[in-house]
Amino acid sequence: MKDETHGAPRTQPIQSATFTQSINAEIRRAAATGIYDIRGGGAKRKVPHFDDLLFLGASISRYPLEGYRERCDTSVTLGTRFAKNPIQLDIPITIAGMSFGALSGPAKEALGRGATLAGTSTTTGDGGMTPEERGHSKKLVYQYLPSRYGMNPDDLRRADAIEVVVGQGAKPGGGGMLLGQKISDRVAQMRNLPKGIDQRSACRHPDWTGPDDLEIKLLELREITGWRVPIYIKVGGARPYFDTTLAVKAGADVVVLDGMQGGTAATQDVFIEHVGQPILACIREAVRALQDLGMHREVQLIVSGGIRTGADVAKCMALGADAVAIGTAALIALGDNDPKWESEYNKLGTTAGAYDDWHEGKDPAGITTQDPELMKRFDPIEGGRRLNNYLKVMTLEAQTIARACGKSHLHNLEPEDLCAVTMEAAAMAKVPLAGTDWWPGKPGTSF
Amino acid sequence: MQTFDLAAEGLRSLNATLQAQANETNQTGWDIINPRGSHAIAVGLDAPIEVHVMGSTGYYCAGMNKQATVHVHGSAGPGVAENMMSGTVVVEGDASQYAGATGNGGTLIIKGNASSRCGISMKGIDIIVHGNIGHMSAFMAQSGNLVVCGDAGDALGDSLYEARLFVRGSVKSLGADCIEKEMRPEHLELLAELLERGGCDAKPEEFKRYGSARQLYNFKPDNAY
Repeated sequence: MKDETHGAPRTQPIQSATFTQSINAEIRRAAATGIYDIRGGGAKRKVPHFDDLLFLGASISRYPLEGYRERCDTSVTLGTRFAKNPIQLDIPITIAGMSFGALSGPAKEALGRGATLAGTSTTTGDGGMTPEERGHSKKLVYQYLPSRYGMNPDDLRRADAIEVVVGQGAKPGGGGMLLGQKISDRVAQMRNLPKGIDQRSACRHPDWTGPDDLEIKLLELREITGWRVPIYIKVGGARPYFDTTLAVKAGADVVVLDGMQGGTAATQDVFIEHVGQPILACIREAVRALQDLGMHREVQLIVSGGIRTGADVAKCMALGADAVAIGTAALIALGDNDPKWESEYNKLGTTAGAYDDWHEGKDPAGITTQDPELMKRFDPIEGGRRLNNYLKVMTLEAQTIARACGKSHLHNLEPEDLCAVTMEAAAMAKVPLAGTDWWPGKPGTSF
Repeated sequence: MQTFDLAAEGLRSLNATLQAQANETNQTGWDIINPRGSHAIAVGLDAPIEVHVMGSTGYYCAGMNKQATVHVHGSAGPGVAENMMSGTVVVEGDASQYAGATGNGGTLIIKGNASSRCGISMKGIDIIVHGNIGHMSAFMAQSGNLVVCGDAGDALGDSLYEARLFVRGSVKSLGADCIEKEMRPEHLELLAELLERGGCDAKPEEFKRYGSARQLYNFKPDNAY
């Protein structure tokens, strides 16, 4: 090629930090197709998270427990406020709601198997309760969603708890979508809609609008189920102080709070990445609401959204949660995004770890699909074993940290066991910045 | 006939008593007196019993009903017969918002008017309204039949799926993807049966039929709003 610079030095090509390669690619994709990107999963952007917190551990002023021998309990009871039969769990790690439809029947079975082996609960999702899910889940939480797909009083009475879903972290204020590719005969029949159409789930409940109505709705559900089972209210991480306050006012036994890293089966990328707060920013505000009402530990708090390890679990406990829920992590434990399917991910134009087009029903791992051939790749018994293993490891990790902090129960962890390594995390978690006794917004202090 | 004084014995006792009735119960007739607008009256029933509520009710009367006939001798608050599975609910007066919401089966008869969102997200229920219905009725209605002997408000059948809507009077406006459709002989036959079931003396030929244009069934740029 002819050198047209005549040997003069030239400015190096500089990529814009604003118009990045991926932003530009998305602009081109939008220009070509005329439609926004839909995907599964939660926020992928980097936000302050539990990695920005550290435990202090014991020292002269704190007395540790022996790591392998001394007792450190992990049990939790959920729904002690009104229910005749609160849920007793061996570990404070529950499986979040994921629908049959978004997931295959065997995947739902595996979640039930793994959760039951580990002594915890699993949760239905939009689309109703399947027999295999009920059969393999010793403790099953039945979601009560705006769509009411598959909702019926018999399944309601078969549930161990009811979760009224007001919102979720991936899309607070948004509804759902199950694209036609995943609407098999069985999914269509359960949802009472034609096969192959894109099924929308409404963003609002059809028969109540505000907290006063919700209180009456909870009364109805309790009357139908004889006040036996706890009622959870799930909200996305939007305004955690007020949402928690109103959920308690409406009569929740348990509040479930889901941050923006929490996954969805399918929604707009712009929604996932730009609406809602990180879970780290939500927990202390929800706990503050419970404390202001005198209901902390009376109404239990379950938090979710990006929980991956026992350290994350322990940090949630220390910030005041009673339990956590995992969704994306559970799918990964089952085999989702496993590098062993790399060549097939490549054929779909993606790579292991980044695959999020769950709504298209082509999941190489056979988990987020209704394709009979792909589903054969997934063994629910092996999946259940893997999930149980993972839950055990998380529990052991959380116990390790709790003992190091001198705590004989995970619930004894407290904010003063923590410090933050960034200003943002210190402000959100309301724990001191490492090396200081201060955090932004600490009462009685100023910048 | 059993008589239950709701004011004296309380809601929990009422629903526990009615829910405990077995299919073969001899106590098939129940009068509930002093309802005084209470919420969640006669919810979650599952036996072929006949319940007469002697007055007006609050929210969610006869919610999730199966098999039972619940007759409200007054008006009904929001969400009457919500998510009904089977059986019959009759409201002598008017019904508030969300009447028959998400109902899967059975028949809801409203002899007065129904407010907004009547039949929202209905999934197989038949709703027959002698009077008018309010705005946003049959929103996202999936299946079943909604018969309106009077007028319909704004945005009837918005984002409708396969439910069939029959309106005798005027429709203020149709919602997205809802269109008027040809009334074929099978629809006249169906409507005649529904009108008879609902105790209406209107003639099927006086009605127009509305349903889904099915243009929103698959997600594409032109309907992403």
